[in-house]
Amino acid sequence: MNAAAELPLWAAVPVVALLVLGGAIVLIGALGLMRLPTFYQRIHGPAITVTLGAGCLLIASMIYFSVLQSRPVIHELIISVFILMTAPVVAMLIMRAAVYRDLRAGKRDTGAMSGDVYHLPSED
Amino acid sequence: MKRWLPSPLSSLVLWLAWLLLNQSTEPAHLLLGAGLAWGIPLLTRRLQPHPLLRLARPWVLCRLLWMALVEIVRSCFNVSRIILFANPEGLNSQFIRVPLDLHDPHGLALLSCLINSTPGTVWVEILPDGHELALHVFDLHDEQWWIDTIKTRYEKPIIEIFEQGERP
Repeated sequence: MNAAAELPLWAAVPVVALLVLGGAIVLIGALGLMRLPTFYQRIHGPAITVTLGAGCLLIASMIYFSVLQSRPVIHELIISVFILMTAPVVAMLIMRAAVYRDLRAGKRDTGAMSGDVYHLPSED
Repeated sequence: MKRWLPSPLSSLVLWLAWLLLNQSTEPAHLLLGAGLAWGIPLLTRRLQPHPLLRLARPWVLCRLLWMALVEIVRSCFNVSRIILFANPEGLNSQFIRVPLDLHDPHGLALLSCLINSTPGTVWVEILPDGHELALHVFDLHDEQWWIDTIKTRYEKPIIEIFEQGERP
């Protein structure tokens, strides 16, 4: 807590703003996971968490530690690069698995058939 | 040159990643990082399934990444608004087909990462019949708008970057 008290005002304001914004975005993402009815809609909730939510928190961390330690602390960039390279692959794999699982199980009401791209095997 | 430094770009990225991880620009780390950045691409060259990456126009890539970043922030707020205020029953979540002209594997990887990082859209797969992308859109209003956006704003610059030398 003492370290945080030494932060000058000009740095504290953006750090706090970014932390609040990032926290709010993460909360909204979790809320989406809870509120949305189908799997194919729920997958879009966490997407805002890993992009803007994580981005805001990482930028806040960079400003905070750079100012406190009086040297550029930018290794958070590596975290964001790793997130941007891995999260899309996970989303793609989960989506594909869900689509083919629903098609094989013959479920009609999950949303996998919306938009006339995928059909049940028997209808082909 | 080609034999001893097969991919200057990946060497540079490795070197910068090493320095960032160690948070230091001391000469010892500069040297060690340079050694790793030189050795790892040489050792892993045989593991590369595709021909080495050539960036034709780095400037176009920078502009594309900046545009994608703006788009990511914008769609973040859109998706937040939908989650908070819209009635989930009224959402029009759909799969759409987007015909693609891009064939380069590096380009497709970049395109899929950009599209999947943008909240509200998830890339499912390239459909086996024809070269079409199956895309899931969170709240679809205008299918043609999505297709045009992806073709002109994302796919065209990526083709410029990765396939410039290969087309007749």
